[in-house]
Amino acid sequence: MDLALQAASLLPAASLLPFDASAHGPAIDHHLLLNLWIILALAVLAHLILFIGLIARRRPEAKNWLIEYLPLAALALLFIFLSVRAERLWAAARYTGAEPTALQVQVVGEQFAWYFRYPGTDYTFGITRPQLVDAGAGNPLGIDPADPHGADDVVASELVLPANRQVDLRIDSLDVIHGFSVPEMRLKQDAIPGMTIHVHFTPKVPGTYAILCTQVCGLGHYRMNANLRVLPPSEFATWLAARQRAVQP
Amino acid sequence: MTPRPDKLSEPVATMPSLRRRIFTTDHRIIGIEYLILALTSVTIGAILSLLMRIHLVWPDRVLPFYGPILPEDYLAMVTIHGTIMLFFVLTTAPQAGFGNLILPAQIGARRMAFPVANAVSFWLTAVALVILLSSTFVPGGSAISGWTAYPPFSAVAGAGPGQGLGMDLWLASIAVFAIASTIGAINILVTIIKFRCEGMTWGRMPLTVWGWFTAALLSVIAFSVLLAALLLLFCDRHAGTGFFVPAGDLVSGVIHSGGHPGNGSPLLWLHLFWFFGHPEVYISILPGLGLTSMLLANFSRRRVFAYRTMIVTTLLIGFLGILLWGHHMFVAGLNPFAASAFAVSTMAIAIPASAKVLSWLATVWRSRPSYTTAMLFSIGFISLFITGGLSGPVLAQPILDEYLHNTFFVVAHFHLIMAMAAVFGLFAATYYWFPLMTGRMMSESLGRLHFWGTLVGAYATFLPMHITGLMGEPRHYAQLSGVANAAGQLLAGTLPLNRFITWSAIVLSTVQLVFFVNLFHSLRKGRSAPPNPWRATTLEWHPALHPNAPAEALEEATVVYRQPCEYRPTPGGELFLPQWSADTNPDIKPE
Repeated sequence: MDLALQAASLLPAASLLPFDASAHGPAIDHHLLLNLWIILALAVLAHLILFIGLIARRRPEAKNWLIEYLPLAALALLFIFLSVRAERLWAAARYTGAEPTALQVQVVGEQFAWYFRYPGTDYTFGITRPQLVDAGAGNPLGIDPADPHGADDVVASELVLPANRQVDLRIDSLDVIHGFSVPEMRLKQDAIPGMTIHVHFTPKVPGTYAILCTQVCGLGHYRMNANLRVLPPSEFATWLAARQRAVQP
Repeated sequence: MTPRPDKLSEPVATMPSLRRRIFTTDHRIIGIEYLILALTSVTIGAILSLLMRIHLVWPDRVLPFYGPILPEDYLAMVTIHGTIMLFFVLTTAPQAGFGNLILPAQIGARRMAFPVANAVSFWLTAVALVILLSSTFVPGGSAISGWTAYPPFSAVAGAGPGQGLGMDLWLASIAVFAIASTIGAINILVTIIKFRCEGMTWGRMPLTVWGWFTAALLSVIAFSVLLAALLLLFCDRHAGTGFFVPAGDLVSGVIHSGGHPGNGSPLLWLHLFWFFGHPEVYISILPGLGLTSMLLANFSRRRVFAYRTMIVTTLLIGFLGILLWGHHMFVAGLNPFAASAFAVSTMAIAIPASAKVLSWLATVWRSRPSYTTAMLFSIGFISLFITGGLSGPVLAQPILDEYLHNTFFVVAHFHLIMAMAAVFGLFAATYYWFPLMTGRMMSESLGRLHFWGTLVGAYATFLPMHITGLMGEPRHYAQLSGVANAAGQLLAGTLPLNRFITWSAIVLSTVQLVFFVNLFHSLRKGRSAPPNPWRATTLEWHPALHPNAPAEALEEATVVYRQPCEYRPTPGGELFLPQWSADTNPDIKPE
């Protein structure tokens, strides 16, 4: 099977997928391509059997039940094999939380924009209240000025992250369900109003990537997006410090 | 036996007026009414899909007599397309349409168990369709939240155009439809359980009947849950409750905590909706699975391979079908352990589905079947079921679904297996049972043209969607060009392939004109059908059950002696024993 895996990753189907810039992505791509090659082979095989069966000379009907149960057993083993591999990857990505040292960023969806909040120098997010939301006044998330933790919070309309450091996203929505999707990070999680959902990942390759909305949320659904900029750690520190000074001179 | 075409135009003596003919309790006419409703619906749904495809790749084109298509128009089209196809085509036509038309005859019953309820069920469905279509003409237009109507988007009128009165009409339409489908499903269940003729044991029931039976069981379970969910959502919208809206939900600058002190959960709707929604897709495909098995055996002149296993797999698909709704929610905030559990139940359904495919392959293996149009569409059904089905286990793996969820890969998957395969089943049923409906045959040469055009068109349209999905194209996007940021580049990269898909969809739709020509031409000028033209063994072809059979034939009790599809080659030709044939042949071992 290892040989098949090697072959799978060499074949040009890999170029269909967007660039993979995350630490966990290559294993997923590998497993996805393995799946695609297997189902392609099965589809071709089944069509061949159908086609040959149709053109070959007529014979008395088959009575042997093995021809039903042997392929079925083989398919069952194949599905178990794929499931186990997939579950291991899923468990690695989702069963446990982020490392304690992970960068904390809040992601908030609203019709039709994404906002990103960094907790600032106190490493604590300030309390937000929907009554205080006022994008025009520079407070799109409704950070409560009465809470001192909120005073140093940085809110951005692009997600800027340092390369090679794990990030712990807490995903939320102000209004309706949105889908936080970063194809180049092989990451997707719906933003559900009333729920805070954590996902974590590590961006590897600096660059600018797309953040999409993948859950229909209204007439602007198609244009609800943002950029993810992955920077070398030193540039990220400079960027965050500049934003920090802007909110807390 | 088979009606002479000239007899068809004569008014039937027992039904004097047009009104009595339309508001009839005759299950056959109700079945045809359902099919006419489904044909109207599928035409509307297909035109909408063409408009969407054209808008997606040429967003600046202006629709004649309408104007530019706005993003909300696009989403309204998505919503009506999905709703109309799922409910009014794929649920009504296979289950209620052909179910009414054929099911009683196939079990040797003279009528459905509850004829009046049957008529009520059809007219409620018609009312539901009118309500749905009328939402296009109200201020704000139709609902734009897709056929899944996730709250709070669907719970708050201010969340978008169409989410006010349009959404209320959508809810009303689907609620009426759910009631109609539940009544229809109970009718089918009781008919099968109580009205089988002598000798029609469970083991001798054709697989089509098993398909209708299992789909009806699922309908009763699924539609009752859907109805409850719709009522809760309606209360959230108008009665100040908060089942699905969390406290402090801020939509369009207004806080919607309603009058309620509690904290609702949008995920509750997802659970209730998909508890209905996933069985729903099996409701639409199960009759097609049964029909495919029967037609392949009929035209291969063989028994269905592993008949009992096929009965078991039908029931198993139905049973597992209600246990795997969570695979629609892998990235919706479900507990990750729950995702693993739903992944296992989803993978498990691949086993009975694979058993079906193996049985079909074994049935036609070295059979040299006769390639009637009905047989071609059944073979096409196998092909589409394989191609569309194989991406199912891929999507069943949560870690892969995380990347593929709500991309066009999923659109490709369910359009091939649910939409196209089910539609191929409907085409096969139409070509096969047309003689029973009209006493005439459909044109085989037009049928072959229709088949090849549809097969090529379906693959050309839906196969490339896998690729645009892998490239990252999400669903429900009103346009792919003119989008800002890095997302714009990602989406624009899919445009060349999307143009090809649009052209393919245009071809696929155009080919359907051949079907309409065939249908209307054969209705008036088709060759007169001989009795039992396909040399079928199931009871609907029994001469006494034929609608135009002499009255005295109807008095004879129908008795069933054997399983369907008994054919044996003999030196003098083929021995062919319908289920009602009492012949005992020493060559054939008793069951």
